[in-house]
Order: sequence, then C-alpha cells, then structure tokens
Amino acid sequence: MPNPSNAPMIRARSLTKRFGERVAVSGIDFDVNPGEFFGFLGPNGAGKTTTMRMIAGVSPRTSGELEILGGDPDREGARIRAEIGVVHQQETLDQELTVRENLLVFGRFFGMDRKVIATRADELLELFQLTDRAKDQVEPLSGGMKRRLSIARALIASPTILMLDEPTTGLDPQARHLLWDALQRLKRGGTTIVLTTHYMDEAEQLCDRLVVMDQAKIVAVGSPRQLITEHASREVLELRFPGGTDSLPTTALEGIGDRYERLAERVIIGCENGEAAHARALASGLTPESWLVRRSSLEDVFLRLTGRSLDE
Amino acid sequence: MIAAFAPRAISVFERNVRVYRSQWLMIATGFFEPLFFLLGIGFGVGGVIGTIPYAGNDVPYAAFVAPALLASSAMNGAIFDSTFNVFFKLKYAKVYDAILSTPVSVGDLALGELLWSNLRGVIYALAFLLVMLAFGLVHSPLALLTPFAVIFIGAAFGAAGFAITTHLRSWKDFDFLFIILTPLFLFSATFYPVEIYPGILRWVVELSPLTRGTHLIRSLCFGDLNALMLVDLAYLALIGVIGYRHAVRRLGHLLLK
Repeated sequence: MPNPSNAPMIRARSLTKRFGERVAVSGIDFDVNPGEFFGFLGPNGAGKTTTMRMIAGVSPRTSGELEILGGDPDREGARIRAEIGVVHQQETLDQELTVRENLLVFGRFFGMDRKVIATRADELLELFQLTDRAKDQVEPLSGGMKRRLSIARALIASPTILMLDEPTTGLDPQARHLLWDALQRLKRGGTTIVLTTHYMDEAEQLCDRLVVMDQAKIVAVGSPRQLITEHASREVLELRFPGGTDSLPTTALEGIGDRYERLAERVIIGCENGEAAHARALASGLTPESWLVRRSSLEDVFLRLTGRSLDE
Repeated sequence: MIAAFAPRAISVFERNVRVYRSQWLMIATGFFEPLFFLLGIGFGVGGVIGTIPYAGNDVPYAAFVAPALLASSAMNGAIFDSTFNVFFKLKYAKVYDAILSTPVSVGDLALGELLWSNLRGVIYALAFLLVMLAFGLVHSPLALLTPFAVIFIGAAFGAAGFAITTHLRSWKDFDFLFIILTPLFLFSATFYPVEIYPGILRWVVELSPLTRGTHLIRSLCFGDLNALMLVDLAYLALIGVIGYRHAVRRLGHLLLK
C-alpha cells in the first residue's frame, strides 16, 4: 500500500458534509501524521462526530477530499476499516455476549484466525485490567470498565489508527485518569490516535496536536502550547461577580489586562501577570466577591476564538 | 460454499451462533407452537372429519395439515429472528453500528443475519419432520427433501421480514406485523385445500408465499412431484432476493448516513 512513512495517515481538504440543508462540516482541512495523538476539540454540535464518521468510512462525504492511509474511504471502505479501530461515543458493546466473547466475535469481523484472536483477546483483557471479568456479562460492568472494554475491542485487530469519540464523557475522575494512562501507553506503542473531546484538560493532557472546531469549521490548529501562546496571554485573572457583570463599567475592565471576556457571573482577564492585574482591578474600583489567578488553558483559547465558553 | 464467497457474512452468522449457544431454550420454545396445532387441529379436528381429498386420494386430515405446519414453522423461525431480533440490534443494542465499523459491509451484515434466521427455520422444520415421522404422517421418502425445501421458505420470509423491519419505528409497529402474519398462517391453504376459495380470492391466496411453501412441502410429503413446485421455488427465491436487496439499501440509508 503506497503510504511512505512521512505521508499523513489522514488528509482532509475542503472536507464537507451536509444533511439536507444543514451543514455539519464545512470545508475543513487537516492532516494527521503517523504516531500522532490528534484531537478535535469543540462543543457539542461542532461537527466532531460527523468528521470522525467520515474518517471511519461509515459516512460518505458530500464534497472535498479525504484520504485515509492513502485511500478513499468511499471507495476502499472495507480495506480502510480493517486498519481502523473505532470507539463510539454511545456504548455499542454486545450485551448478548460476555466480556471476552465481545472480543472474540469482533476479531472474526476482521477475518482474523480464531487462535490469534484468542491470544490477542487475553492480552487485551490483561492490558485493560478486565481479566477477572472475562466471563461476565457486559451490563453489570461499571462505566469505566465498559469504556475500557470498548477500547480493547477496537484494538483486537491491532489497528494502525485508533479513533475515540468523547472517550471519557460520563466517567468519574479516577476512571478518566486510568483511561488516559492506557491511551498514553498505546501512543508510546506507535498507534496513531484520533479523539474528539469537549474537555479542555483532556485535550491538553493527551494531544500532540489538535484542531479547535466551532459551528462546522476549524477555527484554530496547533499543539496545545502553541494554541495557548498564540491565542491567549500567559496568565488569566478570573473575577467573580455573583450579582452579574452587566453593570460593570467597560472603562474599568479595559485597563486591567491585555483583553477581557465578560461572562454571566465572571470576567476573564488575559494578562502577563495575574497578581498585578488584580491590584489594577481593585484600584479601578471593582469589587469582585472572589478572584483567582491561573495559567492560560485551552478553555481561554476557545473563549478567545469563539467568544463563548465550551460548556455553554 | 458461502464461507468462500462471503467470509464476513459468516462472521456475522457466527455471532448469532455464539449468542444462542447459551440461549438454546429460547429456540426450543418456538418448536412447540406447530406441535400444538398438530395435536389440536390435526388430530383433534381431524378426529371429527376423518379424511380429506388430496391429489385424487382421501388422506388422513392430520397428514394433510402436518406439511403445512412444517412450512409455517420454518416461516416462524426465519421471521422471528429477522424481525424482533434484527429490530433490537438495529435500534437499541447498536450492534450493527459496531459491526459496520469493521470491514463488514451492509451486504455482509444482512446476508449473515439471513443465514442465521434461515438456519433457525430449518431447525424447526427438521424437528417437526421428526414429529411427523413419529406420528406416521409421512407418506413418501421424498419428505426427506423438506429440510432443503424450507431453505427457500426461510429465505423468502427472512428477507421479507428483514426488509419490513427496517421501516419499523418502534415496538408498537410490530402490531402491523401480526396483522399480516396471523391471517397468512390461517388462510394459506394450511387447514384446507386452496380450491375452497371462490374466484379471485383463490388467486390472491395462491400468491401468498406461505401457500407456495405449503404446496411445496405437501407435495414432497405425499411424494406428488409436479411442475408447480418449480414455480414455488422460483417465487420464494424471488421474494428472498427482492427482500434482501431492499434490506441492504435500507440499512445503508439508516446506518451509513
């Protein structure tokens, strides 16, 4: 297969998807490189899942170019799907099978030899700490275990690319960290990983590079650090006004830092030095109920680029 | 044979085998319904009316009804799986979403499901054939060919059921299915000869796929080979092909948006 090691695993140009009148993905460009941990960050409805479905070969594009492992997913779907492991946002484990059987049956869909599948299944169960639940039904498993099993299942055929759609949504913090560790291990093993998330911390922790999506378009691309340096200032001062921020005088806010965003009960101020900015805020007569200084995050990048916070 | 042409369809078939290995009782229950009809109608009502004219002879009523029940048990086996189970996997369990993320195509998927539903029909038919042998209701060695003949019945009803299921929106819509299936079972020359129907009504009944299936099985069980059996086979196969192609198109429409 013509895929020299420096060619991108996934290459999209003017990639567009319409559902009737609605434009779900509007002319986006991106490359995913071999071995990269690549993220799509954005709020619900930004077009992340639709993009993932097009890459996974289960949603034909409306227009534009899309190349996966050197092929067109609309024409070479089966060949490309054989190289991709998919973890859906919604649980799609087979409830009528046991934990181990979920892996065995899935391996057969990839046309693998039964003996090879059995060995691989046991390895994966071990890797994802599910060995002692191998004979159990899927339903009583915890959310974190189900998600780990979904990932194990996606890895049964040792895919070149692993795709995860919102992998930690609905998980408790401990389960999230377990999953993050597992994904980091996979990346070190050379798997190219593509994930979508609306969690800033997840994108920052995991992604080598990411694109920020909003309303069907890509609004920024880069490493988390690059994006923060480029689109946010070094530190952020947050001032809390439980009574609302509408009545705060613009003149007082303008002088505090490099820029500010007025949210319902908070003012977010981008600045070089948060402590100094706080002093300026008090000097200009503002009386916040509380305040904090932190380093800029992707959350601030998103806010800066779209004028909205991610959870709105 | 199919394994060589469509290995991925076989993997879908295997999934169902694995599921039902632990649920074989679910399959066994489907065998009893035609048995009860044989006892209640075949022998019960048959005890009152004695014999019935068939192909120029008077035959015991139970022997007349039994082949029709064999045909309808194949229909039930195939249609149960391709409707209820398919709907569950399609709409609720999201099993098909997972399967289609692998190299398996919608065509492989539908074929694998239909192979399984067909096997279920064949199992019921085989079990019922054993019952007929035990009760001495088989009048020709050609009856041994019925398990092959029911593959056509299973193909027609499995594919038609699958195709219809892709249009159902909720479990409530299954009421429509029963509105079709119950009269199909009762009126498809199951309990009396099709010649009883007057005029145009007879030709409507002749077009029922179960009438064709029953004619096929009844002919074999009485060793009455006739040209119309070829029409039966062709008609059932045609329904199978049309149903399969429609089901594949609908699956693509629903799952590969």
